Amino acid sequence: MTIILYDFELSGNCYKLRLLMSILGVRYDIIPVDFYPGRQHKSDWFLKLNPLGQLPVLVDDGLVLRDSGAILAYLARKYDPSGLWFPTEPAQLSEVLQWHAFADDITATASAARLALGMFYDFDLPKVQAGAHRLFRLMDEHLWFGEREGRDWLCAAPHPTTADIACFPYVMLSEEGGISRMDYPAIRRWTDRVRRIPGFMVMSGIFPAGRAAAE
Amino acid sequence: MTTPSPIDAVTRDLWQVIAAVDETPVGVVSTTLLLDQRLAFSRDSEGNPVVWLRTNEEHGDEIDLATVTARLPVIIGYGYIWTSFGNPPDHLFPIPEYAESDRVNMSCGSIGVGSSAPRIVENFLDMGHFPYVHTDILGAEPHTEVKEYDVEVSEERDEVLATRCRFFQPRAALSATEGIEVEYIYRVPHPFCSVLYKSCPEDVSRQDVIAIFLQPMTAETTRAHLLQSMIDSTSTITDLRRFQQTIFGQDKPILENQYPKRLPLDPRAETPIRADKSAIAYRRWLSQKGITYGTIPMAS
Repeated sequence: MTIILYDFELSGNCYKLRLLMSILGVRYDIIPVDFYPGRQHKSDWFLKLNPLGQLPVLVDDGLVLRDSGAILAYLARKYDPSGLWFPTEPAQLSEVLQWHAFADDITATASAARLALGMFYDFDLPKVQAGAHRLFRLMDEHLWFGEREGRDWLCAAPHPTTADIACFPYVMLSEEGGISRMDYPAIRRWTDRVRRIPGFMVMSGIFPAGRAAAE
Repeated sequence: MTTPSPIDAVTRDLWQVIAAVDETPVGVVSTTLLLDQRLAFSRDSEGNPVVWLRTNEEHGDEIDLATVTARLPVIIGYGYIWTSFGNPPDHLFPIPEYAESDRVNMSCGSIGVGSSAPRIVENFLDMGHFPYVHTDILGAEPHTEVKEYDVEVSEERDEVLATRCRFFQPRAALSATEGIEVEYIYRVPHPFCSVLYKSCPEDVSRQDVIAIFLQPMTAETTRAHLLQSMIDSTSTITDLRRFQQTIFGQDKPILENQYPKRLPLDPRAETPIRADKSAIAYRRWLSQKGITYGTIPMAS
């Protein structure tokens, strides 16, 4: 019984799953998919796995899963014995899902800007960049007020959840889309905290955090 | 948009890369930017590339290429389409290894980088960053020393050549199974292109070839075209592309955070260390040639 991740190294959505599996200590095999320049995610063999033609796809014991947010939830429910990464208490569950949806909005804006500049996708660059800044502003305020209340993570729980994993990659890669994080100090502090979670791993374009300053 | 930078005479007459042949659809318009000029290009029914100055064409339009009469010069080399705004030479610079029948030749994608072409060439020549940027692949602490190497500018071939470059690499190539001391040769045969030769883990008597062909879109933004010409009998093209994209994806944020984005050619502008010998030779060579596009020339 092996987990197989259909993966593209430079994809933030694929990295979300590599990151959570690294944190949870879950073993998996990678099948590389040539997203660029090969466009294999639109090839016949891949469309049989995911008719939407989107990465990532994860196969666990024959079960074929798509959508990075859904797979994060699956992995956390199945492989996190603590139950903390994807809580089931109704209010907490709803809060996590709300941030999963927010992460999809980050993908539609910050990730689109990165694809436009890095891989020449035909997106309206100023529009997606402005969209990302609107989301980052909201997120920065949320995190800033959280810090005042002693909350370190996106959700109210006193520990990280899949919400943090879902939002992290395309925030960290935003500069490749020409979206500076200079004006979002609370976001920058949060990305440092995510990078210090035990089991954290990098991807191309994301470097490890330095050590935390002594308290 | 920033104001277009003037194109110096040398740059105008060079062949400039614009796209991989196989990634250019037949009968459909592709668009790009070269030296601040908007280009359109496509391939005819026989697969031959056609390049022209873009007017009102949109990316993805179907086109009958017989209607395109004002064409720019075109040459195909190493799997890529090259064009020019001036009077380019008869041939591209040579990479003889590319023609060896048992090599796996591939493009690795054309990647946009928010930096000048000369900055990217210089980063490609630099070994000092391996342990810090390509950690556990092309380098690892404590093996951080760049050992003494040789640099010359070949008069005959008009290129910068760095030889006897050695570096300890934990995973020199996809075919590597253990850390090895790798020997590199770097060539800069074109102001915006560099070719490196490195020991091949699969066959010690031969070298893998990795080239970077840079398309200056503007003076401070570049399309980087990556070529691999490998001796590797087991990996797939997808695997080999992934390895190279992983490396380049690590370089990209470093390049995009280098300021100034244009390469200063005044030797006093930035402080080199001994490991930067090849960069010093490259800057001097650009300066002597009179390349101003993508650079900050010496004050005269």
